[in-house]
Amino acid sequence: MRFTKDHEWVSLEGDVATVGITAYAAEQLGDVVFVETPEAGKSVKAGDNMAVVESVKAASDVYAPISGQVVEGNPALGDAPETVNDQPEGLGWFAKIKIADKAEYEALMDRAAYEDFLQSL
Amino acid sequence: MSMSNVGRPTRPEASTSNGHASLSGGRGLLQDEALIFELDGWDKTGVDIAPAGRDASDLGDLVRSAPIGLPGLSEPEAVRHYVRLSQKNHAIDLALYPLGSCTMKHNPRLNEKMARLPGFGDLHPLTPVAASQGALALMDRLAHWLKTLTGMPAIALSPKAGAHGELCGLLAIKAAHEAKGQGHRRTVLVPTSAHGTNPATAAFVGYSVTEIAQTEDGRVDLADLEAKLSSDVAAIMVTNPNTCGLFERDILEISRLTHAAGAYFYCDGANFNAIVGRVRPGDLGVDAMHINLHKTFSTPHGGGGPGAGPVVLSEALAPFAPAPWVISGKDGFKLVEDATEEAAQTFGRMVAFQGQMGMFVRAYAYMVSHGADGLRQVAEDAVLNANYIKARLSAEMTPAFPDGPCMHEALFDDSWLEGTDVTTLDFAKAMIDEGFHPMTMYFPLVVHGAMLIEPTETESKQELDRFCDALLALARAAKSGNDADRFKGAPHLAPLRRLDETQAARRPKLTWKAPANTVAPAPLAAE
Amino acid sequence: MRYLPLTAADRAQMLGVIGVKSIDDLFADVPAAARSAKLFDLPLHAGEMEVERELSALAALNRPAGAGPFFCGAGAYKHHVPATVDHIIQRSEFLTSYTPYQPEIAQGTLQVLFEFQTQVAALTGLEVANASMYDGSTGCAEAVMMAQRVTRREKAILSGGLHPHYAAVTQTIAHAEGMEITRLPAAIDAEAAVLDAIDADTACVVVQTPNVFGTVTDVSKIAEAAHAAGALLIVVTTEAVSFGLLKSPGEMGADIAVAEGQSIGVGLNYGGPYVGLFACREKFVRQMPGRLCGETVDAEGQRGFVLTLSTREQHIRREKATSNICTNSGLCALAFTIHLSLLGEKGLRELAAVNHARARDLRDALAKVSGVEMLTPRFFNEFAIRVPGGAAGAVEALLADDVVAGVPFSRLDPAAGLDDVLLVCATETTTEADMAAFAAALSRRVAQ
Repeated sequence: MRFTKDHEWVSLEGDVATVGITAYAAEQLGDVVFVETPEAGKSVKAGDNMAVVESVKAASDVYAPISGQVVEGNPALGDAPETVNDQPEGLGWFAKIKIADKAEYEALMDRAAYEDFLQSL
Repeated sequence: MSMSNVGRPTRPEASTSNGHASLSGGRGLLQDEALIFELDGWDKTGVDIAPAGRDASDLGDLVRSAPIGLPGLSEPEAVRHYVRLSQKNHAIDLALYPLGSCTMKHNPRLNEKMARLPGFGDLHPLTPVAASQGALALMDRLAHWLKTLTGMPAIALSPKAGAHGELCGLLAIKAAHEAKGQGHRRTVLVPTSAHGTNPATAAFVGYSVTEIAQTEDGRVDLADLEAKLSSDVAAIMVTNPNTCGLFERDILEISRLTHAAGAYFYCDGANFNAIVGRVRPGDLGVDAMHINLHKTFSTPHGGGGPGAGPVVLSEALAPFAPAPWVISGKDGFKLVEDATEEAAQTFGRMVAFQGQMGMFVRAYAYMVSHGADGLRQVAEDAVLNANYIKARLSAEMTPAFPDGPCMHEALFDDSWLEGTDVTTLDFAKAMIDEGFHPMTMYFPLVVHGAMLIEPTETESKQELDRFCDALLALARAAKSGNDADRFKGAPHLAPLRRLDETQAARRPKLTWKAPANTVAPAPLAAE
Repeated sequence: MRYLPLTAADRAQMLGVIGVKSIDDLFADVPAAARSAKLFDLPLHAGEMEVERELSALAALNRPAGAGPFFCGAGAYKHHVPATVDHIIQRSEFLTSYTPYQPEIAQGTLQVLFEFQTQVAALTGLEVANASMYDGSTGCAEAVMMAQRVTRREKAILSGGLHPHYAAVTQTIAHAEGMEITRLPAAIDAEAAVLDAIDADTACVVVQTPNVFGTVTDVSKIAEAAHAAGALLIVVTTEAVSFGLLKSPGEMGADIAVAEGQSIGVGLNYGGPYVGLFACREKFVRQMPGRLCGETVDAEGQRGFVLTLSTREQHIRREKATSNICTNSGLCALAFTIHLSLLGEKGLRELAAVNHARARDLRDALAKVSGVEMLTPRFFNEFAIRVPGGAAGAVEALLADDVVAGVPFSRLDPAAGLDDVLLVCATETTTEADMAAFAAALSRRVAQ
């Protein structure tokens, strides 16, 4: 699993990346009440607005951590947005993206580097 | 993601009643009250209407066949229902209501009486002008007072609230730029401490928003402003006194720089009550400013409106003001309602009729009651009361900007709560148990755990002391570290305990629905 | 000064606690050039009696709707409001409270808003309603902006039957947003004409029923055409009492319904404050403007209400908000809810039937005036007539007989070329004697 400074995570299986927001981000946000996931087929570049996540008091844009084409948004989040709080780095994933360039993945932080980054905040 | 760290709890810990519970569910005289839909009034009415005497056969199948689904109440039931509900509200008439930035001051009842005179309250907006000369005269007099108090040459009365006034100001600015070939300007500068409506309005009008930094002492950072001003900037939106409750000391320089860059200066007038009668925004270089009649001029907040947001305009912006407006001529007053000769450059119309006339009457009655002398005293007492609170509460709490005076509101941060479990939210909720409405919390965004306290001028010294004594006692309890439940579970003594906002937002229930196993009786057809 | 509690002694003592010498020290941050040592050129303070005298004198120069024969509608309507309504809205706890941001001590306001939302949804035949807008006209503009967000298209079609002020407000706002507005020419039976204007770029169609000329239209066909093109149908109603008699916007396929709620519980007030009703289909709720109240529970499991879905709003989303609106029309929504609770389904249906019947009576009375032509084919409580010699002149002339004859269409839309069209309205407050006086005065005018 790899991480961005904007608190998204990516895990890769073949050329399909699963992406979501980190446990740290989910905790900072508070209770998640609504998630707008991207539609299948949408092309995204790393850094593009990809999804929206809302708590009672805040709405945040989620950026695509990696470029590619959206395979699917997580259908479970519509009825159970709390999954993002309960299992942010598991069942609470936001989207699956078919990636174009594996080098983008390799360039992201690994867990140790991300933990160091969190310490520095 | 765009990081957010406002993850305050929005779901209470489950809790059980720690006091004596009634058998019927109410709390003494505070009755548990059902929704009107649960009162079994599907065939009741509290209004006696004479028979129509004619049918609606001429309308054929345009007539509704399905029931509407509205319950009715007899008059005694209706009175009881709404009076019981009213008792679950806090109000200025009950205690100091220290909501910073909202200006909860006393609402004189004379103003209510005046607005209900049939000549105002029962006057149709399209009554022939010859038969509404008194209304137009009142609008003209109100305009004169507002222009004199602000030192501005023109006014648009019609905007219906502060945010609507902002929209009016920015539309006038946009029209003015377009008229002089400056329509390419795309940016509006807004300080980080601004009300959320400022960037929302700028974006609504199609501008992109750039934030201006704030200095250590809570003012606009002039160097940052200068760096961000350019030929792309259409306007700057600055609140003065600002949302930290401070007067922008460099205001003249701000307006000079803004004008030198060819931009206009929009002032958010939400805090005009701090300077009314003493300082005229026109002398500060302002091009447009909305005036919240429900703040400075005491029209009632009514549980969330209606407000009113007239906008004063400089000579440069006046030609673009929205219709309608009042002009006086040899045959009395006239209403300019369309983009005809007198209004050739108007940017359009913002509301169906003339604006919030009911609020104009109340605000005018308030102004005439105070006069030039009383209004000046209003500003002075509002500022005095806020500084008094700041001085007294500083014994236990940390002011965000300790040096120098504040204006009409005192801003504290939460550094004094460091090391305790108590948050700004907990402290505010505990104020409810002491009989006060919480202060404004977590705004402005530039101060950590912000607590913004605005007492207004209509509080007596006794009430201010009662308030300060209560807050100081609470602050000591918070710092003691051994009174956690007073804060974590607060409020304990309100009609309800903390509410689950998470559930409300996750599974929205926005209307009443008949329980699945019951059917609302079909209502009677009209005779 | 009766509204200022501090005494001179209080002020001196407080300055001491603060640690400054004079009040001027507290205004030290104001630039010297902007400090005014003297009072501004306005009168000094006045007693309650003096204020009342000045305002009463101004009020007396106006002709209230209830003072005699009166026939104006066109977006604001003279109705009887039960005394209970005005009594309750003046209770301190409703009148002098703020927006219910602290739900533990604002359940009164919040429960009323929940009742209001449910009533508005029922009246309009749609699933959800917000806690009110400033008025019907601003609600109309907001509905068009909402359709833009939902469809991501940039074109709105406004029917020629839409109240010209509503059209103007919508054009002003839409122009600022960069939307394209097609405003069809004013026409009495205009709603069906919008069918031809719908195309694949259309975000929404805005129709009004009863329209500004009073014409009642079944807009179901327009709904079908709009939906087939991927556009939304926005139905505007300026006379809320008509919901008691006519098919609801939702029943006819509206996606968004906007109405002026003034007729129920709110006085004429020379144009404001009023209360905008705003309802839509549930699937669009997150694109809806304005405040929303929702049901939840407190820490002890008691039912309660809170403002919810507020991430749509300006104080959180700032420049990404759905709208810059930050107030609703709370006290007017309260008046609306109380009046509608008193009426109930039975009362509202009866009230609507009486309004329609009185308008038919008025039509019969005016139809007998020779030279005057009835223009509106199907109406609820207002309709248009053709007055030879011009409507504005007739209204002015009839004022001499103390008859307020209605609204010349030219006042709403001078460019439409409909100078001889007069909009007239009758409600439950209109008496037989009023109508007789109107018909007689109009006969004299037309005969001249």
